[in-house]
Amino acid sequence: MGAAIAMAFFVAPEDANQGVSQRIFYIHVPIAVTAYFCFGLGAWKALMLLWRGGERYDLESYVAIHQGVIFGALTLVTGSLWAKASWGVWWTWDSNQLVLFLVLFLFYCAYFMLRFSLEEGPRRARSSAVYALFGVVLIPISFLAIRLAEDFIHPTVFTREGPQMSGSMFATFCVSWGAVTLLAYVLYRVELLGKRLDADLRELREAFS
Amino acid sequence: MTYAADVAALARKDLKVELRARDTLPAMLLFVLSTLVVFRFALPDQTNDDAAYGLLWVAIVFTALLGLARAWVPEQEHGVLDGLVLAPCDRSAIWLGKSIATLAFLLGAQIVALPAFALFFAPLDLAAIAGVLLADVGICAVGSLLAAMAAASRSRELLLPLLVLPLSIPLVVGGVGAAISPHADRFLLFLVLYDAVFAVLSWASFEYVVTE
Repeated sequence: MGAAIAMAFFVAPEDANQGVSQRIFYIHVPIAVTAYFCFGLGAWKALMLLWRGGERYDLESYVAIHQGVIFGALTLVTGSLWAKASWGVWWTWDSNQLVLFLVLFLFYCAYFMLRFSLEEGPRRARSSAVYALFGVVLIPISFLAIRLAEDFIHPTVFTREGPQMSGSMFATFCVSWGAVTLLAYVLYRVELLGKRLDADLRELREAFS
Repeated sequence: MTYAADVAALARKDLKVELRARDTLPAMLLFVLSTLVVFRFALPDQTNDDAAYGLLWVAIVFTALLGLARAWVPEQEHGVLDGLVLAPCDRSAIWLGKSIATLAFLLGAQIVALPAFALFFAPLDLAAIAGVLLADVGICAVGSLLAAMAAASRSRELLLPLLVLPLSIPLVVGGVGAAISPHADRFLLFLVLYDAVFAVLSWASFEYVVTE
């Protein structure tokens, strides 16, 4: 993570148009990609729960989506900062990615509301799993919906011809991406461990009382 | 064939309950009309028609929410849902029957609301009406499933709008686009895609939501 930040500031060349503010790209985009990845992982675990059954998938799906929402919120914040720095406004509806993240953020906040207002048990696990699956289908659908209202401002870096970045920029991007993914993975394991410990403790307490 | 018969029987049951009790459709009608009147005063005088189309969609989505919030109430009150789940029919038939009944209520409300909108605000062309119909299908399909989820939770009426609104954003994009864009066909096609994808998903996953 430290290496990624160092590279973002010292190794990568400055963007000709946007100057120093462009450096937030090395944090913003990896976080966004990681958030998508977390949502995808959550939906995959949800699918496994519906398909195979097994309580551990429920917890794994929940923790993955929790991480996704945290990274999603960070994406909104960094995206907003970047928008302020390069377009001069804190928020723009012209930026597809940011609007999509806002929709997803609302959707997954509702996921937590749903989860916390259902009684614990297999039914809650299955309802949350179904909702998580809806989320992963909603991502491309709302992307398409937002794309339908054309945009001009947001820079499209990844086109069909591949990334349009110089070598050192791309290297920095890869390192930051790796660092953020690693961070997400560690957080995911830590939270999972904590939640499992909680469950074990509760069981023990009930066994003794 | 029996599947279709099950679905028809379930939808007929809902319509019959509504005919005897009359507690959903009149409320939806009154709600959508009063919303339109409120919008008349919320809009400044020189607003162009495009803004009015946007408000029509707000009215449609909230009317649908009103209908969906009532959708599973009869089942909840008398424990009918447990009986239906135990009945020897495919569980997805319950979802399909409920979606059709909700769609019927929503269409009933719109038969009055759309002419009223055309009268008060701006004319509606064929593409706009097609957009409304396609979005109705989508919102009823997704909404019936989410309403069943919300009905099982502690905070029923509170939860449903939170679950439905993020999912209905693409429908609003499609519907408004169909009404105001010169490329209406693109938006209608998108609505068809949405309906197909989410109908299949709801159909396949309903069983998991209602079984214990």
